[in-house]
Amino acid sequence: MVPLTWYLILAAFMFSSGLFATLGRRNAIAVLMGIELMLNAANINLIAFWRYGVAPTENLDGQIFALFVIAVAAAEVAIGLALVISVYRNRRTVHLDDLDILKG
Amino acid sequence: MPELPFPLPPLPTVSQVVFLMIAVLAVLGSLAVVLARNLFHSALGLVAAFFGAAGVYIVAEAEFIGVSQVLVYVGAISTLIAFAIMLTRGMMFGATSPRNRQSGTAAIITVLTFVVLMALTRGIPWPHAGEPIVDGQLIIAGLGHAFVNEYVVPFVLLAMLLLVALAGAIVVARDRK
Amino acid sequence: MNWSDAVIQFQYDLGAPQELSWLVEGITYFVGALILATASLTLALLLIWITRKVISRIQDRIGPNRLGPYGLFQTVADAMKLLSKEDIKPTSSDTVSYAIAPVLAVLGVLMSLAVIPFGAGLIGADLSVGVLYLVALGSIGIMAALMAGWGSNNKYALLAGFRVVAQLLSYEIPMVLAMLAPVLLVGTMSMQGLANAQSLYLGPINLGLGWFIFVLPGAFLIYMIAALAESEQTPFDLLEAESELIAGFHIEYSGMKFAMFFLAQFLNSFFLGAIAVSLFLGGWQGPFAGQVPLLGPIYFLAKTFFVYVVIQWIKGTFPRVRVDQMMQFAWKVLVPSVLTLLLAQMIIMKLPLPMWLNAIFVLVANIVVVVVVLNVLGNYFKREQVRSKRAFEPTSLIGTMQPVHPSSGD
Repeated sequence: MVPLTWYLILAAFMFSSGLFATLGRRNAIAVLMGIELMLNAANINLIAFWRYGVAPTENLDGQIFALFVIAVAAAEVAIGLALVISVYRNRRTVHLDDLDILKG
Repeated sequence: MPELPFPLPPLPTVSQVVFLMIAVLAVLGSLAVVLARNLFHSALGLVAAFFGAAGVYIVAEAEFIGVSQVLVYVGAISTLIAFAIMLTRGMMFGATSPRNRQSGTAAIITVLTFVVLMALTRGIPWPHAGEPIVDGQLIIAGLGHAFVNEYVVPFVLLAMLLLVALAGAIVVARDRK
Repeated sequence: MNWSDAVIQFQYDLGAPQELSWLVEGITYFVGALILATASLTLALLLIWITRKVISRIQDRIGPNRLGPYGLFQTVADAMKLLSKEDIKPTSSDTVSYAIAPVLAVLGVLMSLAVIPFGAGLIGADLSVGVLYLVALGSIGIMAALMAGWGSNNKYALLAGFRVVAQLLSYEIPMVLAMLAPVLLVGTMSMQGLANAQSLYLGPINLGLGWFIFVLPGAFLIYMIAALAESEQTPFDLLEAESELIAGFHIEYSGMKFAMFFLAQFLNSFFLGAIAVSLFLGGWQGPFAGQVPLLGPIYFLAKTFFVYVVIQWIKGTFPRVRVDQMMQFAWKVLVPSVLTLLLAQMIIMKLPLPMWLNAIFVLVANIVVVVVVLNVLGNYFKREQVRSKRAFEPTSLIGTMQPVHPSSGD
């Protein structure tokens, strides 16, 4: 069997990459991709802790939360991309550095 | 030889080898998301990372989640992202860097996060093996049961959220002219 | 007995040491996958031959008849030609996605072999989520189309890619929901479980005729329509609408890579037929399949080839639908009707009735939905026919570049 630590390390790596994409990428779509990566990392942890928890056949909370995360991520990405396309239509850019009209 | 944060087993078993292969795919995918200059290649890396996550779920014997992951993430979310990239593709190329002004700070924060997370996984006696799962059918039945019993309110709310998101996405993205 | 157990036992009998059980299992599954994949690649040649023969009969031609008996080796020669062609790569194409797309297309199709039950105990891996697995594989095909369309750096390829993705995503929903109907009936998503549930016992003898099509004809019809769209067959072969899009998202592909897309398409329609057989047409069940295990795979393949020939028959007879008709049909006809169907089935199955009465009620609900859908479609096509006839009348303004008068009615 795979040690639980391996799952945690993989999830930590994916979370960190997602974090960097969210904080450091210029393109709004890349930022959304980073958020998806972070959600996936969280899901890997949820599944891993479900698998290594007590009585995995009865305690399904980890799987249920993972399913909720998947569904919410789908909703989030639909709205996020709609916003990106709307912004692109109005401002002709999706670079977050250029979207600064609220700056005083 | 430096001490590893986890004890290496002497000989990897088959599932460990499979996990390592999947993990390499996921890691390369997430690196492509972060580093690729071409945004479409980032999206392909994202797909690889999604497949990696699905493989990890299947290694962890959560087949239902793994298959749902492929269905939702690869089938719907990646497609949406690829569509958005193509619709805004004027922004894809050009002389500008793919990273923004705060990317230096972001890199420091990211590395710090990774280090802290790694430090947290050390020193805790994590279990090396879960209880064996005999019948995978029971899990699916249990999931269905949970969704219409103790989790029925979140489930209905989730359905409403998806409906609202669907309508909202159409309203936001529609061309009003 | 499962085939893998038999093969593993055979290896142990040959003298394989017990300590190397992982190697023995690995060899078993590798050999199984190798046989299945190789067989299906050769199968594709036969499928193309069947298509050409059926369509030429419909069009009052003879079809390939020169090479080999009944022209059977014509497709082999064609494959040879495709393989020996130069592999042209368009300039400024996206190398990564251009090269990976055909591989993904074939991979997504071939992977569905793993859960198709060819006979009692003859299934690659009896996953507990078999049906969902088959659905998830469709998304690999979507990705492949998108990557091919984008990677080719050709606007027609990209447009066709968009179109294919829209079509596949739209028709995935009715297909999944229609596949849910037998799952609800049995209460399992394992393909072997579904095949086993379609037996019909007359005393101790398994007649093997408890096919779900007899209970769920509506779901079967909707599944078949959605499967036609999923396998990009006529009347939903919009992606290769020659007059609009030249040849679809694989226009820039040549030689081997084109052959892979071609192969994926033919195998896909065959496998969707195989899924229809295992979900609705009894799988390997048939008279005496329980007594003579060898009959199982024969029944399964016979039924699947029958479904495939029917698909080709449709291909030879139906005109292609327009893009707007295609989308409207998915969202306004198929999705509501399949939702109604599922809702009715759920309510009926919760009624405290004996099982046979439940089945009859489900059948009635299915027939009602089918009749309603066919009525709606019939009316639509009638109206369309009137409209297109009017276009050829001398007073018609369609196609004349004249502004249509508000009162002309067209």
